[in-house]
Amino acid sequence: MIVNQFLVVAALLFSIGIYGVLVRRNAVLVLLSVELMLTAVNINLVAFGAYLQDELLVGQVFALFVIAVAAAEVGIGLAIVILIFRNRSSANIDELNLLKW
Amino acid sequence: MEFTDWISDARNIVFLVISLAMVLAAIRVVTSPNVVHAALLLVVALAGSAALFLMLGAEFVAWTVVLVYIGAVIVLFLFGIMITRAPTGRDSVQLDHERRWPAALIAVATFVTISWATTLAFEDAPISAGVGRASDLGTVLFSRYVIPFEVVSFVLLAALIGGIVLARKDPDQ
Repeated sequence: MIVNQFLVVAALLFSIGIYGVLVRRNAVLVLLSVELMLTAVNINLVAFGAYLQDELLVGQVFALFVIAVAAAEVGIGLAIVILIFRNRSSANIDELNLLKW
Repeated sequence: MEFTDWISDARNIVFLVISLAMVLAAIRVVTSPNVVHAALLLVVALAGSAALFLMLGAEFVAWTVVLVYIGAVIVLFLFGIMITRAPTGRDSVQLDHERRWPAALIAVATFVTISWATTLAFEDAPISAGVGRASDLGTVLFSRYVIPFEVVSFVLLAALIGGIVLARKDPDQ
């Protein structure tokens, strides 16, 4: 195994996530695409950790932190989406134009 | 390194199968006209990432992904889809923007840039996946990284309270 194969797959997942964030209108689907991007970052972290043979396992530790922060982000994000849906009867992000001028 | 040399390693065949399944599932996540299918296909992509973590010797991270993502986050997403009554029919016009090509162009440009940079930097650098034990990770997590660990648990607590405060109905109304 070479380290670059993991990095290329992670880059592929990251760009698919970017496409999803840019093209989806539903806020829940945007959050799903953000999860894809975070997964790509986790693969990068663990691959570099294995590549560097780190005694302190910093790659795995940071992957765990990313997972925890992602779980927090999903909880808050879905709560905000539900709140917006309750107020505007729609979860489409291009209809939220209150800050536009 | 030649491709025939690369593919002769059995681990690389496993890697190829896993990553192919992951990438196909990820593409369907961002293109599927059905929201529930998108959420369920994310399970396949995340399970693939857990398998890659196992290949890299990151055992505990792999099972954490299975427990936290596949067990909890996807269920949360399915509840979110249910509550916001996202369109589950087949009309993809509602779910995607009209202008897909600029987004696809940006995505391809990002992929080419990142993979070009990593190929230049790491070309054929080998990676050896030792068997990582969960006890090593636990020891280092509770000695060297104990303060960041506590900070992350505080973040989770704040997110928990914030989620409840945001999502519950205002009692005054």
